Amino acid sequence: MRSIANIFWLAIKEFRSLWRDAILLLLVIYSFGPGMYIESSGGGDMLNKASVTFVDEDRSALSRALQNALFPPRYLPPQEATATDIDRMMDWGETTFVVVIPRGFEADVRAGRMPSLQINIDATKTQAAAIGTGYLTATFNEEIARFAARQDIVQASPLDLVLRRSFNPAGNMVWISSISGLLNQLSMLTIVLTGAALIREREHGTIEHLMVMPLTAVEIALGKIVANGLVIFVAFVFSLFIVVKGALDVPIAGSEGLLLAGTAVYLFAAASIGVLLGIVARTMAQFALLIMLVIMPIMILSGGMSSIESQPIWLQPITWLLPSRHYMDFATAIAYRGADFSIVWIEFLWTFLLGAAFLAISLLLFRRSVAGG
Amino acid sequence: MDTGNIASVRGVSHVYGKVSALEEVTLDLPAGQMLGLIGPDGVGKSTLLGLLSGARKIQSGTVSVLDGDMAGKAHREAVFSRIAYMPQGLGKNLYQELSVFENLDFFGRLFGHDGPERQRRISRLAKATGLDPFLSRPAGKLSGGMKQKLGLCCSLIHDPDFLILDEPTTGVDPLSRGQFWELIDDIRADRPGMSVIVSTAYMEEAERFDWLAAMDAGHILATGTPDDLRQKTGKDTLEEAFVSLLPADKQRQSAPLDVPPLKAQEGGPAIVARNLTRRFGDFTAVRDVNFAIRRGEIFGFLGSNGCGKTTTMKMLTGLLPASEGEAWLFGKKTDANNIETRRRVGFMSQNFSLYGELTVRQNLDLHARLFHLPRATIAPRIAELLADFDLGPYADAFSGDLPLGLRQRLSLACAIIHSPDMLILDEPTSGVDPVARDEFWDLLVGLSRRDLVTIFISTHFMNEAMRCDRISLMHAGKVLVYDTPQNLAQEGGSSSLNETFIRYIQEAIGDTPAVPALTGMAAAKPTRQRSPGMTRLLAVSRREMLEVMRDPIRLAFAFLGSMLLMLLFAYGISTDTTGVKFAAFDQDRTPESRAYLANFEGSTSFVEMPEVTTEDELRRRMVANEVALAIEIPAGFGRAVTTGQPTSVAAWIDGANTFGASYIEGYVQGAHGSFMANRATAAGLAGMAQPVVNIEPRYRYNPSFESLPSMAPSVPAILLMLFPAILMAVSVSREREVGTITNFYVTPTSKVEFLLGKQLPYIAVGFANWLILTGMAVFLFGVPLKGSALALALGAVAYVAASTGFGLIIAVFVRSQVAAVFATMVLAMMPTVQFSGLTQPVSTLEGVARIMGQMWPTNYFMQMSVGAFNKGLGFLQLGPNILLLALFAPVFLAIAVLFLKKQEA
Repeated sequence: MRSIANIFWLAIKEFRSLWRDAILLLLVIYSFGPGMYIESSGGGDMLNKASVTFVDEDRSALSRALQNALFPPRYLPPQEATATDIDRMMDWGETTFVVVIPRGFEADVRAGRMPSLQINIDATKTQAAAIGTGYLTATFNEEIARFAARQDIVQASPLDLVLRRSFNPAGNMVWISSISGLLNQLSMLTIVLTGAALIREREHGTIEHLMVMPLTAVEIALGKIVANGLVIFVAFVFSLFIVVKGALDVPIAGSEGLLLAGTAVYLFAAASIGVLLGIVARTMAQFALLIMLVIMPIMILSGGMSSIESQPIWLQPITWLLPSRHYMDFATAIAYRGADFSIVWIEFLWTFLLGAAFLAISLLLFRRSVAGG
Repeated sequence: MDTGNIASVRGVSHVYGKVSALEEVTLDLPAGQMLGLIGPDGVGKSTLLGLLSGARKIQSGTVSVLDGDMAGKAHREAVFSRIAYMPQGLGKNLYQELSVFENLDFFGRLFGHDGPERQRRISRLAKATGLDPFLSRPAGKLSGGMKQKLGLCCSLIHDPDFLILDEPTTGVDPLSRGQFWELIDDIRADRPGMSVIVSTAYMEEAERFDWLAAMDAGHILATGTPDDLRQKTGKDTLEEAFVSLLPADKQRQSAPLDVPPLKAQEGGPAIVARNLTRRFGDFTAVRDVNFAIRRGEIFGFLGSNGCGKTTTMKMLTGLLPASEGEAWLFGKKTDANNIETRRRVGFMSQNFSLYGELTVRQNLDLHARLFHLPRATIAPRIAELLADFDLGPYADAFSGDLPLGLRQRLSLACAIIHSPDMLILDEPTSGVDPVARDEFWDLLVGLSRRDLVTIFISTHFMNEAMRCDRISLMHAGKVLVYDTPQNLAQEGGSSSLNETFIRYIQEAIGDTPAVPALTGMAAAKPTRQRSPGMTRLLAVSRREMLEVMRDPIRLAFAFLGSMLLMLLFAYGISTDTTGVKFAAFDQDRTPESRAYLANFEGSTSFVEMPEVTTEDELRRRMVANEVALAIEIPAGFGRAVTTGQPTSVAAWIDGANTFGASYIEGYVQGAHGSFMANRATAAGLAGMAQPVVNIEPRYRYNPSFESLPSMAPSVPAILLMLFPAILMAVSVSREREVGTITNFYVTPTSKVEFLLGKQLPYIAVGFANWLILTGMAVFLFGVPLKGSALALALGAVAYVAASTGFGLIIAVFVRSQVAAVFATMVLAMMPTVQFSGLTQPVSTLEGVARIMGQMWPTNYFMQMSVGAFNKGLGFLQLGPNILLLALFAPVFLAIAVLFLKKQEA
């Protein structure tokens, strides 16, 4: 009971401090409001405005049909160039794809001579290159098949492949990027806010003051976690309902209550990391660098930017220690697959246990760090 | 025009928010004298000195110093080299990580002295102040007295005509204080023309001054020589004279403080220390300290700064574990985890350690709550304390905005709010004016004698020490002597405690070498040939570089951290899809269906999961993320395929992860095609599914299309934005938080010199970081740098100049280091990681994101880096990007200069 009262009053103190710091509050609002919107909506579709250049040496109906098959927003209107320009254009990064249609292409198709169609891809534009190549190949195949069917060169294939995407049938990028966007803001702001609150107490000597009062380290740490976590939680709720569901129009398939509960668990874990970093770092400059070292992997290796499965085998167990990976797992499960508690409880548990572990390490280092500093 | 005044102030008023610090002050300061500004805390002394020095911006009225208006920028710039200002607080304007020599050297360089001239001045000043044995010691490790001497040396290095010292001796022990004043006298003897103005709360020091101005509540009460003031008021001492000048309601009502004798108490002693020792590494801060303090006793702790008083107190409170020996409070051994003992102790640490961002009332309330005072008693208790400590008018002011003396009072109020049995007070009265100090002692005596509170107090004031029941004198971690103050005052023929104190310490130190007089410091013109602006810029740069080098942990974090992230990113962000969880949903179970599924089973891209048998199960397992791809083969598939009847295969893909889904889709299409082709060949049905066209993808620049060759050049672009920006922002806002920014306010350093000077070292650090990361890419990852290395290096310099420039902008707008870290992180992270082409080219972004990407330097450097590494681009092709990048830094710097203020509000 006493402990709860202590944590409560320490949290009230945190709120009062934070309330005075207009810049921090503004930044929180920016991150979860406009920042969140820009980040999630900015990516466009998987393949967006890809620039394709044609070297059309055939100048046939088919070659024109291929060009006309590419239209916005997925592709920019195709450009034309001569074979000698290819190298220069690709070097200067003016185009991502160069499609070379050889002389006599249409005639070869008619004659069933199986001509080659070359797609030069700027492989330095990783994601666009990988996805665009697939899309281009599929589009060209379709166009050529249509042409061939019209010309009676081949009969239509009797075996059809039906692709069905569950949960996000249109393959809308905004869905996944809004969840990973929320996760990025959650992680970054919670860790920085909590850790900085601790460092500031240490730099101003107020932590010593707390340590001579009848308070335990757990209470001091939890006071910070509760207060900063709650501020971010409120911002998260606002962002989820106003920005994600409202402005970005992303449907949430599962229970919103469950997603919020999971977020609360994640906030505990993230704030515990913040406390740990605040204890390990001696100065604000060190803290800033340490934060980078921790937040970047949390953001990039969570599975939001590229999938966990494609990480190297040695890295996967390490990313397992990132609470963000578990959050990404259960958040997408709840939001898009409509998973219920019976499915996500294990990820909730891991997130909580990781948070508890970080907190436990912080508490072990707490007194030593305060004494030394 | 010579008015005989060094400065004059006409109708000056100054407010901070709603609090008025100065009201219509008019004052003429005579030249060539030692001037004193005396008065209690929070009456506007510091504000007035700040205005005189040009560190603060004049709000209303005129301030003229050295025959010119300080509101005029040109005049300020011109006289900065003739004024020296030492702000309040021990070593506030010193660079704590730098050595004594480096601090002095920096100020010498700033004022344009060349090498031999600096050497001459530094050695003379250091000898005169006795600092010369400590030239290589970091300023942060000096004692308080030495810090103040060093601060004075730094102020004197440019031979100022007007020296402004704001409470230079507050918190300094009596021995050092004496030395400090002797030093000032020497300097004045050497430079008779120099005017000195000092503010102080020590009335006994006021006797030294030629001329005094007594201040109260933003007004000047009286001016004149000390004798004038005494005669005017008809009092014997200045202290009494000052008090009688105050408005009646502020004068102390009670009789001089009388400490009744301590009655003998039953029970054991309240505090016992036995052989208490504390070491920090090789350094022994406290050695074999023993004492026993009775209940209700006031026990004084005296000693020079840094002698171990604070460490001893921390050990008693359990904040620091003792290396050896033991301590008991109320018969219980001190134990860091004993919450119950802590309830009985009130502690007040040396530096103000309450929450500046809370109001006075909120601070008190917090303490009341945390000590679990009964709810009903909290409000009356706070009201009582506000009244006792005269904090009523400030109850709703933020405690960080209060002057030192008031904050000390608040600290004590917080320490006693729970009526503790014991008080541990570390220099509670330093910086507190005499009236407030007497009131403070009234409270202490009351607590001790009436409530039997044991008080353990450290102080620098001898009159306070005389009021203690017993005192102990500490030096260099050892207790020298331990007795009643009356006995000590008479011991060995001393006439006062002060004398005994100085004698003991001098004996402990041993022979002090005779200090040579400070003579021949004739003013010399700047001796450097370079332009003064460039000299100052380089001085700032040099100093910043030294500070960077002094914090190897920070450097190591920056370098090793970026290397570690480079490793993680290069291997962690991968576009190769592997390990997709695949399950068959085979309703046909014929050789044909198995042949179709075999396309997925053999691949490393897929991990085969148990088969799915029903639609429901498929749904459920997809929700649970156990299956990401299921191939549903309808019953009758085999027959349809062999007979050429139309049929269809369905591929269920988990669309929740959009990236993954797209890759899977492509793979499934490929597998489908290859099944058809095999099927056709096997069946001899050449026409059935023979592809019509052979589409050949050719991956240029990275034929095997691995992630590594494109990640290796991209990641440095991200890291070199974030790391330098954050280091830069923290570095500038730290100066503001610590107070060293005053050196920028009151010296001729211009905004550009200050910002650019601080920026250069970080550009160097950033460039070194680029070299390391590039080396990693080439040698560790084996990604060759095919293009022009020189062009890329030039681009890197321009790029880190831009990223540090961004850090400068942030630092100019925020007040604290926390906000600097936060703002840099929040504002830079998104455009750098998401909108600069790491995963998606900027040209394909939408809306604001695209604009942000195009306005952000990372985009251009990433293009360059990728181009130089993978495409082998030369100088010509990289040139436009270098030029674009080179535009960012000057623009960023210009914005920072525009918004940086050269004066405090």
